[in-house]
Parts: sequence; C-alpha cells; structure tokens
Amino acid sequence: MSDPLEAPGELPPDVAAPGNGAENGPESRDGAGQKREGRLARLRFSKKRDMPGGLWLKCESCASVIFRKELEQKDRVCPSCDFHFTLPGRERVALTLDPGTWVEHYSELAPLDRLKFREKGSYQDKLAAASNRLGQQDALLCGTGEILGRRVALAVLDFSFLGGSMGEVVGEKIALATDLARSEKRAFVVFTASGGARMHEGALSLMQMAKTCAALARLNAAGGFSICVMTHPTTGGVTASFASVCDLVLAEPGALIGFAGPRVIATTLRQELPSGFQRSEFLMQKGMLDAIVSRGTMRQELARLIDYSLGPRAD
Amino acid sequence: MAEKKKSSESTAREAGGKVASLPFERPIQEYEERISALETLARNTKLDISGEIKTLRALMEEKLRETYAKLTAWERVTVARHPNRPITSDYIATLLDDFHELHGDRAFGDDPAIVTGFATMAGRRMLIVGNRKGRTTKERLRCNFGCAHPEGYRKALRKMKLAEKLGLPIVSLINTPGAYPGIGAEERGQAMAIAENILAMVTLRVPIVVVVIGEGGSGGALGIGVGDRVLMLEHAYYSVISPEGCAAILWKDAEKTPDAAEALKLTAPDLLSLGIIDRILPEPLGGAHRAPEQAMATVKQGILAALDELATIPIDQLVAARGEKYRRIGELPGRFPRPD
Repeated sequence: MSDPLEAPGELPPDVAAPGNGAENGPESRDGAGQKREGRLARLRFSKKRDMPGGLWLKCESCASVIFRKELEQKDRVCPSCDFHFTLPGRERVALTLDPGTWVEHYSELAPLDRLKFREKGSYQDKLAAASNRLGQQDALLCGTGEILGRRVALAVLDFSFLGGSMGEVVGEKIALATDLARSEKRAFVVFTASGGARMHEGALSLMQMAKTCAALARLNAAGGFSICVMTHPTTGGVTASFASVCDLVLAEPGALIGFAGPRVIATTLRQELPSGFQRSEFLMQKGMLDAIVSRGTMRQELARLIDYSLGPRAD
Repeated sequence: MAEKKKSSESTAREAGGKVASLPFERPIQEYEERISALETLARNTKLDISGEIKTLRALMEEKLRETYAKLTAWERVTVARHPNRPITSDYIATLLDDFHELHGDRAFGDDPAIVTGFATMAGRRMLIVGNRKGRTTKERLRCNFGCAHPEGYRKALRKMKLAEKLGLPIVSLINTPGAYPGIGAEERGQAMAIAENILAMVTLRVPIVVVVIGEGGSGGALGIGVGDRVLMLEHAYYSVISPEGCAAILWKDAEKTPDAAEALKLTAPDLLSLGIIDRILPEPLGGAHRAPEQAMATVKQGILAALDELATIPIDQLVAARGEKYRRIGELPGRFPRPD
C-alpha cells in the first residue's frame, strides 16, 4: 500500500478507499496467450503524468515504444499488445456518443469537505488542484446522448480525478443519471474506472454505495435498462455497488477489476497471486461478467445490446 | 438444526474471566486492582474495610466517567474491538427465546463468518443475520475474525428473501472488520455479492432493523447493513475504511492510525449528526465489555422499540421510505437537485 500506483493519468493514488486497486500497483498477469502474458507481466504504471509530452511513449503494459499520435489515433489502445489505456473522461464520452449528441447535466455539482478532512494536506486543496487541472468539479461526468442513434443516459467515471473515487457528488450524479434514464426512457450506460469509495468523505462516501443501489432499484422498478462497462481499473466500493448490479456488466480487455486490490490481498495472504488474477478475462471465466468488449467495437456492441431492451420485435 | 438457544461460541465470561484492559484504562485498572486487593484482605482478616472499598469504588466510577466522557475516536475503536465486548453469538445466546440457525447459501458453502437463523425475541418471530467473530482463538480462526466471504453474503441474501416471503422482520447485527480480501473471495465475486445484497435490502418487503454492535467495517458491514432503522451502540464505529488502512494509504505511516480514526468521523455521535444512523444506544459506564448483560438488554430494547414502530407502517410505505432514505442519505438539505 505504500507504493501506490501512479496510474494512467495524473492519479493522486491516495484518495480511494478500501480494498481498492488504486493503492495497488497491479501485478498484471494476463491469461491471454504466452507472449502477451510475458509482456503484461512487466506491466508497471508509468510515473509520468498522463501522456508524456514527448513524441514517443512507452506502453505501460508491454513496454514497447509507441508513437504518441498513433496511440491517440487508436483510441489509446496499444498497437502491439492491445492494452487498453485508461481513458480520460471526456475522451470516453467523445468516443462513445454520436458526434454532437452529448448534453452534459449537473456539471455544477461540487464536492464539500464536510468532515474537514486533514491528512498531510487538506482534502480541499486536493479537490481544488484536480478541478483546476481537469476543468470539472468531480470525478463523474453525466448527461444524455446517443449511441448510433440509441438514446442513452451516460455516466463516465474519470480516473484522473482523485482516482475516480466515489464521494457524495459522484454517488449523487450516478443516481441523477439513473433518474434521467428513467424519466426520459433512455438506457443507462455507465463506464467505471475507480479506486473505490473516497476516504476523505468518510462514511458519507460509504453510503453512496447504498444510494447508487437505491437509485438503480428505482430504475429497475420502472422497467429501465442498465449497462455497466468496467474499465481499467475498477475496484472497491464502486465494484461493490452500482457497477455490479447493472443488468449487463461488460469489461474492456485486461482491466483490473476486484473488491480488494491485489496488493492488499498479497499482503494479507503473504503469497503470490495467481496469473491473470482480477483481470477481465479471469472475471469472465469465473462468471462475473457478461462479456469482454474491445474499445474499437464498443459503440456497436452497446447499440445492439440496447436494442434487446426494446423487446422481441426487431422491425 | 433445531437446538434451542444454542450458540457454538462461548460467552464473554466463560472464555475470559478477567476483563482485559485497554491502554487508556490503566488508571482504572489500578483502582480495580486496589479494590480487589482490599476485598481479599477483608475476606482473609475479617477487618471491616467496606467503607474504604466504597470510597475507592466511587473514585473509580468517577475516573471511568471522566475517561469515557472524553474518549478519542481511536480509543472508541479499541473499545469496539475489546475482546470482552459482547459479540453476535452472545446476543443470540442471551436475548432470544428461541433460535434455529439456518446454514448455507445452497451454491457454494456455509460461511461461519455470517450467522443467519429464525429467532424469537420477546414473543416476536424474526430472522437474525449477523457477523460472527468468534471468541476463542479456534473460533476466531474458523470465523475468519468476522471477515465474510461471498457465500456468507449470499447465505444472508437467501435467508432474507425467505424472511420476505414469510413476512418476518429482519434484524441484522453488524460486527466485522470488513469483508475478506482473499483469492477465493475475489474468485467468487466478493464485490458482486455485496452489491447484490445492498440492492436487495433496499427493496425487501419486510421491516429491517440494523444494529452496529462493534465494528462497522466498510462494504463488509453494509453488505448486511441496509435497513429502515440503523441503531448503533455508543462506542461502536462504522467507517469507509479501517483507521489502519487509511493511515497506511494517506499518511503512509501506521503511527498515524489515531489521526486517521479522528479524521474519518467514524464514531456514533459523528454518524448521527451526518444523518447516517438513526439512534445511538447508550452503553454501560466504561463500555459494553464491563457490563455485557446491561449492554445487550439495551440493544434488545432498541430492537423491540424499532420493530414495534415499523410494524405500524404499511409495507408499501415502509419500502418507499427506505428507498427514499438511501437515495438521500447524509444529504444536506437543498444540496442536490430533485428532478422529480
């Protein structure tokens, strides 16, 4: 826990709560093929902030040198090992929705430091820094839009904002997004990337697990349809609440997904973790995911899946 | 299965005898030792020193009162974890007229870290769900120190759905450091099991009373902790992360654990003022471990009062109110929009 992953994006690793991946440098061991496993085994998160400013950068998974523009053109999927880099929230929105359909809602909601949380620095300073850097108030973007013409309420967790951790505002905006889905009869689609609950908001952040589930229960009662796409990394209180109880749970390839983070587990058990442990492929094999979907086909897949929520008549 | 009032674990006094002392209780312990020495002296010498003993007792009570009136958050956590504090199996053995433990999730196994069963309390039938920690080393190992696996949460869910079908109210006793972080737990979907439970408990069509009796360890507690009324013993704690875990992550220094406990606002009064719990159940002077019977009786009264109150509310209304309570939990008035 003392060597937090400084993961994709400028992640302040020390904000997300229990058991989360955020404080755990992923020991990536991927099950998909010998070569790939060898490469992913070397996965270490770069200490560089976001995408380095230079023309070239090193894949955090296979360590091959990639031309930066090429990576961006390929939607931040490594051309040589297919590693799906964590996407900044706004890029995810742009990549998911039909151009010009995004209407952001509730962007004005800003977190409060209700516990007056003091650690080495203050929570307020951390919030101010993140919000200045990203131009948004908290880690969740929510709004409405269309995916190949299908109307959705979209929520996207941005890992670069305090590790995508869930406090009051993130929980409330998830709930508000399900309200939008319900009142406007849209499919609810959420992309997660989070270290879990936000410690700086104490039990208030823990209660967001119940709040978001209560909101989903209400959506369910109204006959709504929900899809969660878990992306790298999704752990702790986010995995253990709304993300796992959506009607469909998908994941991007190779994503770290779990309750406790791998380092917590390794420390608790004092043993090596099995190969590919807590990666998407492992979770699907264990029956925890409906499907693994690559970034390149995500829009098409989501659109087709949403169509099935419309009932038996295809015409 | 139908053993009456059976508990596989020993009660506080059977296992302990002497009440263990916490670091901040040293001055109190000194009084206790002096009183005990005088009592021995009185027995052996037939001297009448009852006056002196009485004075010392009064002084000790004063010291207890003074100490417990200004407990720090971290000291409260140590009280919540006190080895002589009543645990779920003590409540089951002491408070119930009848108890039938119901085992297993009918899918994978029977997790000893969560106990479920039909129970009768003061003539009322109910389902009891609780974290089981164990008292002796052997029991504690068997129960994984109260850290449940997914099959524990799924067992709880299965029995709670049965209670719903039968119209039995649910009483959940929370006392866990957290859900177990292990390979098997992850393989079997720890996060998914907890999430399913939270979702289901929001909509179960029977009254649910939750009592945090010791440790309220994060998602592991919330996985059986959603209810119409959440009560909490005075010195219990309920937190998003253990103070140790928080100190390790934020301060990177285990010595800062007390600071983390303070910062997390995890005490019963903090949680009441944040609107996360509904009621604090007062503990006997010097904590539940000094007078377990009295503490358990208070919990019983709290449960019965809550059940009686909830029984007067029509079930549709109750479930709607529970959904609304969690949709708005901890919110400052007017803080967030209400689109409908």
